[in-house]
Amino acid sequence: MEIPYTVTARPDTGLNNVKLGIWLFLASEVMLFGGLFSSYVLLRVGAVEWPAGADFVNIPIGTFNTAVLIGSSVTMVLAYASLKLGDLAKFKTYMASTVLLAVLFLLVKSYEYYEKISHDHLPSHGTFLAIYWTMTALHGLHIIGGVAVNGYLWGPGSSMFHTKRDQFIGRVEAAGLYWHFVDLVWIFLFPVLYLL
Amino acid sequence: MENVTTAEHVEHEEHGHDEHELSFLQTYVFSQDHKVIGIQYAVTAMLFLLFGFSLMMLMRWQLAFPGAPIPIIGNLLGQANAPGGIMLPEFYNQLGAMHGTIMVFLGVVPLAVGGFGNYVLPLQIGAPDMAFPRLNMASYWSFFLGGVVMFASFFVPGGAANSGWTSYAPLSVIATEGQTWWLVGMLFLIASSLLGSVNFIVTTLQLRAPGLSFMRLPFFVWAQLVTSFLLLLAFPPLQAAGTLQLMDRVAGTSFFMPSGLVVADQALEISGGGNPLLWQHLFWFLAHPEVYVLILPAMGIVAEVIANNTRKPLWGYRALVASIIFLGFMSFVVWAHHMFLTGMGTTISAFFQTTTMIISIPSVVILSALFISLYGGSIRYTVPMLFALAFLPMFGIGGLTGLPLGLSAPDLHLHDTYYVIGHFHYVVAPGTIFALFAGIYYWYPKATGRVMNEVLGKIHFWGSIIAINFVFMPMFITGLAGVNRRLYDGGMTYAHGQEVMEWNAVMSYGAWALGFFQIFFIFNFFWSIRNGRQVNDNPWQSTTLEWQAPSPPPHGNFATPPEAYRGPYEYSVPGASSDFTMQGQASGADPEPARV
Repeated sequence: MEIPYTVTARPDTGLNNVKLGIWLFLASEVMLFGGLFSSYVLLRVGAVEWPAGADFVNIPIGTFNTAVLIGSSVTMVLAYASLKLGDLAKFKTYMASTVLLAVLFLLVKSYEYYEKISHDHLPSHGTFLAIYWTMTALHGLHIIGGVAVNGYLWGPGSSMFHTKRDQFIGRVEAAGLYWHFVDLVWIFLFPVLYLL
Repeated sequence: MENVTTAEHVEHEEHGHDEHELSFLQTYVFSQDHKVIGIQYAVTAMLFLLFGFSLMMLMRWQLAFPGAPIPIIGNLLGQANAPGGIMLPEFYNQLGAMHGTIMVFLGVVPLAVGGFGNYVLPLQIGAPDMAFPRLNMASYWSFFLGGVVMFASFFVPGGAANSGWTSYAPLSVIATEGQTWWLVGMLFLIASSLLGSVNFIVTTLQLRAPGLSFMRLPFFVWAQLVTSFLLLLAFPPLQAAGTLQLMDRVAGTSFFMPSGLVVADQALEISGGGNPLLWQHLFWFLAHPEVYVLILPAMGIVAEVIANNTRKPLWGYRALVASIIFLGFMSFVVWAHHMFLTGMGTTISAFFQTTTMIISIPSVVILSALFISLYGGSIRYTVPMLFALAFLPMFGIGGLTGLPLGLSAPDLHLHDTYYVIGHFHYVVAPGTIFALFAGIYYWYPKATGRVMNEVLGKIHFWGSIIAINFVFMPMFITGLAGVNRRLYDGGMTYAHGQEVMEWNAVMSYGAWALGFFQIFFIFNFFWSIRNGRQVNDNPWQSTTLEWQAPSPPPHGNFATPPEAYRGPYEYSVPGASSDFTMQGQASGADPEPARV
């Protein structure tokens, strides 16, 4: 029993199963973060006063982290492109950079959390801090998920390159779409929580 | 010689795919076969339906005879819940909240989507399995874990969640520990439905057999497809809301907690600034599409059964498809009609009552088309058909009684009364659940190779249809009198409700009678596995592709990959040799060209 269209595109939809599946998953993720962003808007509009992000967060660190995440998106694209060209060694280099940049992001984020805790800026101390902690932590969980998937594709998963190359490329593409989405969420989170 | 090589080739491929012989655990427990997962879903969901119904039968004792000790089982409920067999109000609230949660999230949806969707949909589109078998397995086990967490919450200090199935804040935020368990359970269930819905959509769009164009899809497949989109897009906001409420309860945030909240004469030590209405918006943004998740698969099942048993094509197939897609879209913009009483403003109310009136149009189109489909048919009164026929007026009553609730003025009077309970139970219980019974009786031969006993089935049907109307019809009477739905004594202390109090006992006897008649079903369900009448692969002489597969279908479903040559309901085609022409039948009288 072989399930059709796991690798090749179905002619009338123009997609294979993996690509369609990941796009549907991302649509649901849009609704998840959409729900949180809507909550943010509603809470902020209803608030008597709203602190400037700069009162609690460190903008230079946040900017640095934004650059790190965008950099990891770039290396992700390069990894995928190298794989398309059949260069496994280059793919591994770029994929490793993606994972390392993601880990760097998490380390910087952990430092920020540490700073917050040491200044007693806990989620229970106000609506801004509550939404800050919730949204960045949920985003952080998505980063951790991405690190796990990308790490797997870099390490044990890459043996598939030699046996089922097209399927492996499909997996990397799906992981890349997810990674760009997680990056995009941060592109929204950063101005909303740090700058506005 | 050539045949031999092909067979060897096939065997080799199969071997390569499965890697090794499947162990018992892989075949029956951690299975990736859509049929096994479908049955796992269905059986688990039916157990939860029975459990949720039992909670209600307990509550009905308290409502009929407030303050009287519950006979026989009263002492088994524990001193914390029912000292001396007399149910405490706190326990009553737990039962109420968990009845709703279990019936909706652990019973009806997993049976309709997880059970029927998994088992029937791939067969109906001629696919070998779901698109992502491993995700499918993960979906079931995530659902199972969610169910375990929900069930276990009865045993934590303070018992299960007790703030209603809607978990309105701020009450739910200050509630006992059970509410945290409820939230964690919901996160598992939402993850499960996300995995399932992605899988269903990809399967439907990608794995259709050659020739099975969209306008040749059985209506059941359309219903599942639209349902999956609702699950995919409506559940995540509840995931967000659940996360926020979890933060409120665990991390002490105030997303849903307004400033200056006083509980038991003490100001709460919270930062405040939150908005309780936010929870309601996020909750109903899920929970209104959820209503359509409950009803659309039921409509799909009823359409299949009606076409098969009237021996004629469904009336207005294209109108049905257009209506169900429109229903899906509209279900996202009606949610605040649950909130007319919150004081959110007349402008918003006007908007939502308009959209609510609009959404009733496609519902009426679907119901009318199904009714008209009966006209001129030579109807076979089989057990599945009886349930499908009962669905029509029952869902009709449920739908029409919803109209006054959708208008903000009459809703002011009816909100939170037994009228609301009567309304949505007519939609879900004798509506959806009857349709699910129809589906079980209808597809049982496909899964087992045997039909369920007809006499027991008819006793089950007639007993249930009579009893269930004694349960829910009086609710309109007590509701119009203004009796609130959440009163622990059933309204005994409510002065204006005194004249209708006698109905409480009637409803309770109805509920217990309903429970009694389910015994016939449960017995029939298990007895027929071994003792039912053996039948061929297509006992109902149906047209759709699933009846082309062996009963029960083997791993991989079809002996040869099927192809579709015609629409799904070619019954009684003039000039044909029999009164049904199967979709996979290449030649025959009047082969119609593809309609798209």
